[in-house]
Amino acid sequence: MNAPEAAAQAPGRVELRIPAKAEWVAVARLAAAAVASRLRFSMDEIDDLKLAIAEACTNCIHQSEAIETIEIRWEAGPTGLRVSVNGDGRGPRIESVKSGSGEEEARAGGLGVFLIRSLMDEVEYDVDPHRGPRLVMVKHVQS
Amino acid sequence: MDIKVNVRESEGDAYVVDLAGEIDVYTSPKVKDAITELIDQGHYNLVINLEKVRYIDSTGLGVLIGGLKRVREHGGSVNLVCTNPQIKKIFDITGLVKIFGIFDDEQSAMKALV
Repeated sequence: MNAPEAAAQAPGRVELRIPAKAEWVAVARLAAAAVASRLRFSMDEIDDLKLAIAEACTNCIHQSEAIETIEIRWEAGPTGLRVSVNGDGRGPRIESVKSGSGEEEARAGGLGVFLIRSLMDEVEYDVDPHRGPRLVMVKHVQS
Repeated sequence: MDIKVNVRESEGDAYVVDLAGEIDVYTSPKVKDAITELIDQGHYNLVINLEKVRYIDSTGLGVLIGGLKRVREHGGSVNLVCTNPQIKKIFDITGLVKIFGIFDDEQSAMKALV
């Protein structure tokens, strides 16, 4: 039995916490590829997952400077992968979500959410005013 | 994870920006600085070579769009060189294939500028 088959039969959970800083997003991307490669995803689908998770982390970073850490949780199951990306900050400052912080940044932020919705099969997004943004997304295994 | 940026003069007043590595939220400011510097110097016809780019995210796309917008204000253009299927897919999904000229090689991208 190869690793993807074994992972499909023995669902598992992987968690990672990274500082909410741009230089740490690449670590989330690498972890996303490692987790996804344990399932029956194609190389293209693994690239999709890497990008969607990185975009979710970038979204947390751009939401508010009050977000200190980002928690990423992968839940692997027989039908695919459920990923949650939560920004974790402190107190009421989270409510002062950045807006109008530059046309380029706003454009990139809009593109990021658009990409996540395009690359993943299911996406849910909300913001806990006391902690930060929470994004849950699912990618189904096609085969 | 890093991005290597190399700027070189080409035909006419056109410049080529060679990028190698990954363009994300951390590395894109370096790309933005290189493009901004060229535009500030009055160079409005650019070819951005993504042949050695393995990854690009929305922040990187934002930098390219920002550069294109600025050069167009001066009657210039930005053409891209890209053959990586995953990166081309990102340009397809976002509709940016309709905004940028995307070419398989530098010579074609350069020819389309002038």
